[in-house]
Amino acid sequence: MPVSLNRAKSNLLRLAAALALSITACAAQAALPIQHWTAASGARVFFVESRNIPMLDINVDFDAGGRRAASDKAGLGGLTHTLIKAGSAARSEEEISRRIADVGAQLGGSVDRDRAGLSLRTLSSERERVQAVATFAQMLQTPEFPQAAFAREKARLVDAVSEDETKPDSIASKAFYRLLYAAHPYALSPTPGTVAQIERADVVNFYRAHYVAGRAVVTIIGDADRALAERIADELTAGLPQATGAAVALAPVTQPAKQTQRIAHPASQSHILLGLPAIARNDPDYFPLLVGNYVLGGGGFVSRLYLEVREKHGFAYDVYSYFLPLAQEGPFQIGLQTKKEQAGEALTRVHAVLGEFLERGPTAAELKAAKQNLVGGFALRIDSNRKLLDQVAMIGFYRLPLDWLDAFAARVGNVSVAEVRAAFARRVRAEHLVTVVVGSGEK
Amino acid sequence: MRIQSFRRLCRCLSALVMAMAVSTAGAQSGVQERKLANGLRVIVKEDHRAPTAVHMVWYVAGSMDEVSGTSGVAHVLEHMMFKGTKTVESGEFSRRIAAAGGRENAFTNRDYTAYFQQVPKSALAQMLQLEADRMSNLLVTESEFSREIKVVMEERRLRTDDQARALVYEALNAEAYVAHPYRRPVIGWMNDLTNMGYLDARNWYAHWYVPNNALVVVVGDAMAEEVFALAQRYYGRIKARALPVRKPQIEPEQRGVRRVVVKAPAELPYLLMGWKCPVLRDMDKDWQPQALEVLMWVLDGNESARLNQSLVRESRLAGEVGAGYDPIGRGAGLCLIEGTPSKGKSAAELEAGLRAELARLVQDGVTEDELARVKAQVVASQVFKRDSIFGQAMEIGQYETAGLSYRDIDRVLEGVKAVSAEQVRAVAKQYLVDDQLTVVVLDPQPLDNAAPRPAMPGARH
Repeated sequence: MPVSLNRAKSNLLRLAAALALSITACAAQAALPIQHWTAASGARVFFVESRNIPMLDINVDFDAGGRRAASDKAGLGGLTHTLIKAGSAARSEEEISRRIADVGAQLGGSVDRDRAGLSLRTLSSERERVQAVATFAQMLQTPEFPQAAFAREKARLVDAVSEDETKPDSIASKAFYRLLYAAHPYALSPTPGTVAQIERADVVNFYRAHYVAGRAVVTIIGDADRALAERIADELTAGLPQATGAAVALAPVTQPAKQTQRIAHPASQSHILLGLPAIARNDPDYFPLLVGNYVLGGGGFVSRLYLEVREKHGFAYDVYSYFLPLAQEGPFQIGLQTKKEQAGEALTRVHAVLGEFLERGPTAAELKAAKQNLVGGFALRIDSNRKLLDQVAMIGFYRLPLDWLDAFAARVGNVSVAEVRAAFARRVRAEHLVTVVVGSGEK
Repeated sequence: MRIQSFRRLCRCLSALVMAMAVSTAGAQSGVQERKLANGLRVIVKEDHRAPTAVHMVWYVAGSMDEVSGTSGVAHVLEHMMFKGTKTVESGEFSRRIAAAGGRENAFTNRDYTAYFQQVPKSALAQMLQLEADRMSNLLVTESEFSREIKVVMEERRLRTDDQARALVYEALNAEAYVAHPYRRPVIGWMNDLTNMGYLDARNWYAHWYVPNNALVVVVGDAMAEEVFALAQRYYGRIKARALPVRKPQIEPEQRGVRRVVVKAPAELPYLLMGWKCPVLRDMDKDWQPQALEVLMWVLDGNESARLNQSLVRESRLAGEVGAGYDPIGRGAGLCLIEGTPSKGKSAAELEAGLRAELARLVQDGVTEDELARVKAQVVASQVFKRDSIFGQAMEIGQYETAGLSYRDIDRVLEGVKAVSAEQVRAVAKQYLVDDQLTVVVLDPQPLDNAAPRPAMPGARH
């Protein structure tokens, strides 16, 4: 509901979404005291004590994202995640939300291709905290997946997916991932057909197979001491399903052939996406790509794509690029929307900017500006418990080194123009570039 | 940010939004205020948890100050504010903020236009310098305007023309208000954008961008006295000017329910209902807005609140429902309820279900449990919101530009806590009535049947 308009709100949001690639650290900052241990349940725990506000943020992540579903049941990851809240052995779903609200706490959660996470924000005062954590713990560890809630949430998911299939941005994004990842599960998005295939037993089995203690990552930030954080981590994970060993390894990601897909749509704008599978989370090319992408299309109102496509030609409100590192090679993506009549011309400009960047890389001045922003702005990435929670959870889930944030500024600072150019040459190869145009202006 | 005037309508956002919807016990005690000789007010809230600060400049000039024919000019000017001054060339403003490690943006609403930078504390002084420069030295050239107006038209296409629900919301305002300027969309009608000229934007700037119509808010790791000194140094030299007369533009009384249908590409229908409701004006007397706040929480404050529990979980009439109301604003108020019928259900069936819930509330009132739950959520949200310096700065700016004071933030909270069950029932009965209601229904159109739209004429060149 756009009551309020931003000059480029979506750029900012995207910056947040692509934060995966934008975590920075500050040389001036003292080492971030992330405490880490493994609970008796096998869950890995990450804790930052922060006593300024009497509140506590807790997040529990599982390797239970979309990629863990069978291709004919795409949507199972999201549906299971939704149904965790639909009633536990001790409490109905109505009681769960009431008991959380009664102490002013808030439940949250998110699910993407890799991760399924559930989170709790509560006051740290004892009565509120005890009730909120206990309710959260029961919810996580003893979900009942009642048949009625299953049927309801399945129908709601079909409705939501059907609605998505009318929207040009969703259509473009789903087509983009399908072309990038082909047979790999990162290609999967739910459709009304795949959701229809899901049975309650699938949800139960998915939960038992993937919401397991040994692969859980618990992140706690806020007003607690170590002993309390240990008790909370135990309370949240001791009763989770047990599983032995690592999760099943998935097939490697392969590069697609260069191709363009045009999809008709009645919208006034074309939605354009370009990209390819590019980088996994722990790849050494991460830093050169981070710095380089800031120059290309990541840096707010100063990137090359922004200046060329929006400032110079007025083609688009929103134009960006980002790398989204995942457990396996996540995408490099360029996106924009422009009125249909000029889609071809806008795309030509994007190709020109990308081609020039791949050939020459950033200038020395651009490299310096990128580092100034990424290093200088580090403090903004972790200046609230909420932001810190996201960063630490990411470090935990992807098994990044605990000094990741502390080492960040130095690693950004060490990137050279030649390294940026070489990393882009390795990761963004024109012969694999996929283009999707929804609402194509050309017949 | 986008949902300021549409608080809590989308329940998935409710946790975030609630933290901003009501306010905090005693949390405003650390706030300091100074007024410069030119009329500029500066409000500082120190928060030393992290070495960052947010700097905002709010102008009390939004789309409600526009006149017919130039709708959208407040927002267009917001875009033009990044296009250079006498000494800082186009694009340089953003380059400097980026080089300082900062993030920036701006937003235009019906009541105000605001600009912000989130920066490491060492860059704060530079932000005041840059904002003060563009408060008085902006250049609005035909050349820059001719490109930027195209960007704004793309923004309208992206966020309104091709978004079925945004069209519904636009239609609701255009129908609910006959005379009040809230009837015009913030982004402006496309035809007004097409016919806008650079002089429209320049005039807007000349009329409204003066220190006596502005508010500076700084929250974060800064010392208030230092901020006041910087404000005096940079903003203090700008001269005050008389503002245009603001006409009241009071909405005439509505005399019966209004209904609109919007056709757009979509799968499911969508229902949006809006009732004329009061907003906070007199802190000493008004209690209805606080009671309406509580009413909205009872309807939609958590997943087991009435609307979701009854219509999504039990009867399964709806896939999604939400309720929202913003008691803080310069203009008129609306209480909003939205919903998406489940597949196979109609908007009319959902409307009947929603009306039954409201009738039950008016008949039986709310329970003490519900009231206690709302108050617990309000109290906790006051603690949670301290986690975001940005959110705190937003709240101060919204209160102040609506003609209230940051000091009222706490008073509103106390008012919400004091609301009785009977008061909730009373405001539901008084305000959620058909004569004050506008209903907009989305009639979903299949993608392949949607008639091709005529191409809009291009922008001026």
